[in-house]
Amino acid sequence: MNRILKSRTFKTTVIAAAVVGVAGVAQARDQIRIVGSSTVYPFASYVTEEFGATTEYPTPVIESTGSGGGIRLFCNGVGEGTPDISNASRRIKASELERCAENGVTDVTEVKIGSDGIVFAQSSENEEMDLTLEQLFLAVAAQVPVDGELVDNPYTNWSDIDSSLPDREISIYGPPSTSGTRDAFEELAMEVPSEEMEAYGGEGYTEIRSDGVYIDAGENDNLIVQRLTEDTNAFGIFGYSFLVENPDALGASSIEGVAPEAEAISAGDYPIARSLFFYVKNQHAEDVPPLYDYVDMFISEAMIGEGGYLMDIGLIPLPEAERETTRQKVADRASLQVSDL
Amino acid sequence: MSQSFDEISAQLRRRHRKSARLKWISMGALGLAGLFLVLFFADMLGKGMPAFQQAQVQVEIDYNEDAQRMGRAALDPEVSRLVSRTFERLIPGQIRDNPELLGTTETRWVLADSQVDQYLKGHRHKLSESQKATVDALVEQGRAELKFNTTFFTTGDSKMPEASGILSAAVGTVLTMLVTLAIAFPIGVMTAVYLEEFAPDNRLTQIIEININNLAAIPSILFGLLGLAIFINFFGVPRSSPLVGGMTLALMTLPVIIIATRTALRSVPDSIRHAAFGVGCSQWQVVRDHVLPLAMPGIMTGSIIGLAQAMGETAPLIIVGMVAFIPDVSASFAEAATVLPAQVFTWAGEPDKAFVEKTAGGILVLLAILIFLNASAVILRKKFERRW
Repeated sequence: MNRILKSRTFKTTVIAAAVVGVAGVAQARDQIRIVGSSTVYPFASYVTEEFGATTEYPTPVIESTGSGGGIRLFCNGVGEGTPDISNASRRIKASELERCAENGVTDVTEVKIGSDGIVFAQSSENEEMDLTLEQLFLAVAAQVPVDGELVDNPYTNWSDIDSSLPDREISIYGPPSTSGTRDAFEELAMEVPSEEMEAYGGEGYTEIRSDGVYIDAGENDNLIVQRLTEDTNAFGIFGYSFLVENPDALGASSIEGVAPEAEAISAGDYPIARSLFFYVKNQHAEDVPPLYDYVDMFISEAMIGEGGYLMDIGLIPLPEAERETTRQKVADRASLQVSDL
Repeated sequence: MSQSFDEISAQLRRRHRKSARLKWISMGALGLAGLFLVLFFADMLGKGMPAFQQAQVQVEIDYNEDAQRMGRAALDPEVSRLVSRTFERLIPGQIRDNPELLGTTETRWVLADSQVDQYLKGHRHKLSESQKATVDALVEQGRAELKFNTTFFTTGDSKMPEASGILSAAVGTVLTMLVTLAIAFPIGVMTAVYLEEFAPDNRLTQIIEININNLAAIPSILFGLLGLAIFINFFGVPRSSPLVGGMTLALMTLPVIIIATRTALRSVPDSIRHAAFGVGCSQWQVVRDHVLPLAMPGIMTGSIIGLAQAMGETAPLIIVGMVAFIPDVSASFAEAATVLPAQVFTWAGEPDKAFVEKTAGGILVLLAILIFLNASAVILRKKFERRW
């Protein structure tokens, strides 16, 4: 009996505390809320930490929801409960921006922060491989043209695709279909080469084979890296920053003769590279005072410039002129229109 | 129907052999489970113990003009790259707040960069040859060494492995569990009391009972989806907060508490109820003064186990936004927070190799808390349990 009574008073206190806590947030926020891409996440969280440590404002909250999921949350509307910034490892789509506008999010600034390369790598014990985009496509596509007809992918060894390639079994660990890396890979490494192949009738083909040669390895790129060191026969598809962290364990293949190195990716020479963005909801700028302080810190030379902190953790800086364009857009609070996309 | 002696004894031998085989197989199963456990612990301890030590270096801090803008300028260029940025980025602010510091110098032990830490621990590192030589010289002079890692227990998450800790996640776990307990315990116990002591045994209560048992076995991520739809989208509870996380986990814990409480209530013999009724107690008095206190040890055990289960949960919390990067330690129910297993999950995804030991260290802390909770459940049961 005594015990019950005790725990009851205790509980009332807790519930009261919780109610007071909720009431406290019903005003303008000091804390920025960020959602979006898991590729941009390591960079953005680095900046948020720096922002929290060196300014009077609390550290922004950042959730890794994936690019698509982030933009969906971002476009849900204007006000307290909605995020102020959405990170994206691809450009926002016209349809997404239209949905934003329908929900009242009409003033969005696009901030381009850098580039990321998708690498096709293997254990460094193997001999390096130099692939063309078409060879890579033929290794992963579900249906490929043989004598002008589309058939289920028959290739099991690299040498089946091209006799100049080694006689090794094809085995690829890659991201699952929910991943932004997979979206970008499908677009850049599958759609682009297949559009030029007659058998697909000029249309991009993005179906990845499901006969066990391509293995979904989960969202965690670390797992792919670990598997490559154990399964030396296999290749992995993942972001450039994981290659940087494992320079002696992994060797990346050159694509079209270009190795995935920072300069080549930045200049756009490496074919499977994409730009990284974040989107700012300008309508929140007044209610969330630190919003543009954070944006300014993010696009400062110390962060995204050559030799900046984000470069140390794998961000590939934009060329100088593009960094200036980004800063100009932010200074103008340039509003992104559907016609820009 | 006559069997010879030989036939019977042969049959007997076969049956004995069978039971001996069963014994060996079941012992083998136990041995195998034990082996996995030992391997798991050995792996975690091997990887996680280094997390409890962290490299520090002794540096001279020169609060000069340049350091007002760039913290790094306050340090000797030779060591400035070996010191954690979490320390040097604070220098300009310190000078701004205490202008009298300007022009003074100070010698202090500070956190070393994670690469120095990894080098001293003999792991893979990215130091250049000249930096290695500098570190070696510092070690020689006693100005660089591995010390007990207090940072790990006193800070929140960080992108810099040397400065990341579990405190914000631990506080988040405590807050979340308080909410879970505050909701699941009273509702769970009351539901069980009604079903066991008051409710008539009819079709409706049977359906409810089946549903409760069913709920206990539902994949936890579904509770996350429910939490998102109802608590966040409908009631507007702040996303990522311990409040919404605790409410979601309470849904998951409820069936466990209800089932445990019902079992505990059922084990109180009817003679107690009859005796109480016999001296004129009302139904309410019987439950409050006799049945519930006697069932309390069982209820507590069930609740603790339910809570321990909820504590190790991440899947539903991803959906309500609690798997987030939280460097600040916040003691509010409404501000964004994360929990221990979510912190482990976040670290496991970091590309930087120095986070491997943090991940394992986080797992060790979580395991220690879970062992403590489960052990206290066993002790409570042993101490207060009454056998009839």
